[in-house]
Amino acid sequence: MTAAALATTAEGADPIVSVEGLTLRFGGVVSLAGVSLDHQRGEILAVIGPNGAGKTSLFNCLTGVYQPQAGHIRFRPAGRPPVELVGRRPNRVNRLGVARTFQTSRLFNALSAYENVRIGVESRQRTGPLGAMLRLPRTLGEERASRVRSEELLEFVGLTGRADEVASVLPYGDQRKLEIARALGTGPELLLLDEPAAGTNAGEKAALEALIRRVNQEMGVSVLLIEHDMRLVMSVADRVTVLNFGRVIASGTPAEVQHDEAVIEAYLGRTEPDPAGGDSGTAGPGNAGSGPGGAEDGPVGPGVGS
Amino acid sequence: MSAATVPASAGRGPAGWWAWARGVEGRRLVAWILSLLVLAVMTGPSGNNGSPTTGFTGSLLHPRVLVFVALGVAGWALSALRRSQGERLRRLNRSILALPQRAVADRRNRLLVYLVVLGVAIAYPLTLSGFWQQVLVDQIGIFVLLAMGLNVVVGYAGLLDLGYIAFYAIGAYSGAYWTGSLPVHPPFHLNPFWVIPLAIAAAMLAGLVLGAPTLRLRGDYLAIVTLGFGEIIQIAATNLQSVTGGAEGVSGIPHFSVHVGGLHYAWKLSNLPYYYLLLAFVVIALIAFHFLADSRVGRAFTAIREDEVAAEAVGINLLKYKVMAFAIGASTSGVAGLLSASKISFVSSEYFTVQLSILVLVLVIFGGMGSLPGAVAGAAFLQWVPQILRQHPLFGYQPQDLYIYLGALLVVMMIFRPEGMLPSRRRRRELALAERGIGTADAMSGSSDPAVGP
Repeated sequence: MTAAALATTAEGADPIVSVEGLTLRFGGVVSLAGVSLDHQRGEILAVIGPNGAGKTSLFNCLTGVYQPQAGHIRFRPAGRPPVELVGRRPNRVNRLGVARTFQTSRLFNALSAYENVRIGVESRQRTGPLGAMLRLPRTLGEERASRVRSEELLEFVGLTGRADEVASVLPYGDQRKLEIARALGTGPELLLLDEPAAGTNAGEKAALEALIRRVNQEMGVSVLLIEHDMRLVMSVADRVTVLNFGRVIASGTPAEVQHDEAVIEAYLGRTEPDPAGGDSGTAGPGNAGSGPGGAEDGPVGPGVGS
Repeated sequence: MSAATVPASAGRGPAGWWAWARGVEGRRLVAWILSLLVLAVMTGPSGNNGSPTTGFTGSLLHPRVLVFVALGVAGWALSALRRSQGERLRRLNRSILALPQRAVADRRNRLLVYLVVLGVAIAYPLTLSGFWQQVLVDQIGIFVLLAMGLNVVVGYAGLLDLGYIAFYAIGAYSGAYWTGSLPVHPPFHLNPFWVIPLAIAAAMLAGLVLGAPTLRLRGDYLAIVTLGFGEIIQIAATNLQSVTGGAEGVSGIPHFSVHVGGLHYAWKLSNLPYYYLLLAFVVIALIAFHFLADSRVGRAFTAIREDEVAAEAVGINLLKYKVMAFAIGASTSGVAGLLSASKISFVSSEYFTVQLSILVLVLVIFGGMGSLPGAVAGAAFLQWVPQILRQHPLFGYQPQDLYIYLGALLVVMMIFRPEGMLPSRRRRRELALAERGIGTADAMSGSSDPAVGP
């Protein structure tokens, strides 16, 4: 994290993805109203905001699930020319190096944990139907490679012992880890995590937090994170962008964002219970205690970068 | 519970009996007997203009009706037993049904089982009569190949194809065309062996042409479009009489033959040589599809069947893989069509009915969707039963009633064993999950809901 923050200041801006004026409407409902943000290479960027603020819509635009009416998303993979993500199918976006997880995990439920990861790993390979049916030498080589890589990834997320278990019977926290492993299998440069900690207990949350940090540091993957758990956001994120009603209302280090008047008004709430703070069902994280809590704890303090 | 199911409990007056008969179990018994009486009428003699009531009197006022009533009571008793002893019976049932799976659990056993099955498949037909040898080729062999191909489409990729027989027709007509049997003549005549790649290519091309635009559709729409495609091919074949010979058909399609150096051999009308040729194709397809299922491509098919949104999110091109599955199934069907056209030396558009497409689908579902042994065993069994019934008509079985029984069998199967005869492990898991409300086991309707969250 420190490295990423330093790199940003030293070289100036080096965004891995830049979103410009993204607008998404469903009929008369405006989900995103001109969202712009830069995600610096190597950093963990958190997107927070009340329910319905457009966070998941932003993810779905980034991954090609939704096609925005206006705006650009420029993805800059390392060592390759930048590409426009708007207008590409989800599988193309994934191939370019943007992987994602889902708000409610969407694993291949009847398959084992190992098979789930392997499907992710294999999506980068080239064996076609003929190679598969005839077991050509290249196929065998690729099979070996994907087997090894899948096992590595399961070990990375700590699911080696559960490789042969059916995905749907895994505990919730393990399902989230498995989804991350599957996404990592596709070899992303940018990983989008949609509420990875939703529904997990305190222990699982701590493990996920460590995992996200390791994905970022050991694998060198930039992470874009949607999360309601403010403690997690404040401890893991390098920068935070706050959305409300489809607009960016604040952006900065966790510490800056936490003290931003607009953010407190719209999302975090004040330290003393303030009914006016919550506008549209700010469930869970909207309670007043979590904001300051995040600031106090901090082996990875939010102030390091500034 | 058990007291309620047994009507012969002591100390029950007439009023008690009446109450029992009006209760759930009594009504069930009546329903069982009535259904069997319907079956008695169905299987009994049919009336004619002279005596229109023969259909009823001949079946209901005849001693054979007692057999049906007894069967009804027996059926009710069995179902009552199943209800009262449900869990224990189910466990027993499961352990019996799991036997074949356990027998082939480890690798060496499995190879041994395969070799034994192959040995039987080679040696057994030698002992059969000419009639059964013909059944083995025309009814079983061809349909095993068809079922295996459709299994890739429906079972692996979860695409409901109701026009599958169209590709069979295309294979058959390719065979007729390239051997010069159609009214339109090819630039050069070929031995059926050389037509194999051409038939595969033609069927695959048809699969691509049909698949590329329609596979963007969701499951239900795909079924309708393929249904229409099957109809189009049949109607076109019927009406383009100057090209295809129409419903009267064309005959004289040459048999397979080899001429290598001094070796000359021709597959004549006889059944056994064709049987072995078919067996070779079935074995090749078995090995190829077995490898396919356990490969990158096969796993991508499974991923698409399980969750299209997630599959796309891990970089799987949905359209590409669906078209691929479609083309693999189509080419298998094309080969089957070519083999069958050359074997019976005749093609007519009348044969390629929707009903036949449905039949192949039934074979796959009955055997166990997504399971290779299932497709083979299901097709062999369901194609064998009508023939054995034709030989030994049970309860006055008439061939035209076949689909009534087939339908009933399928309904019973779907209730008691929805995963099919020899299900794949994945399919069984999917169904178990669906029972608990996780995911959709309905592989055929696809799961392409774009509900990725608000």
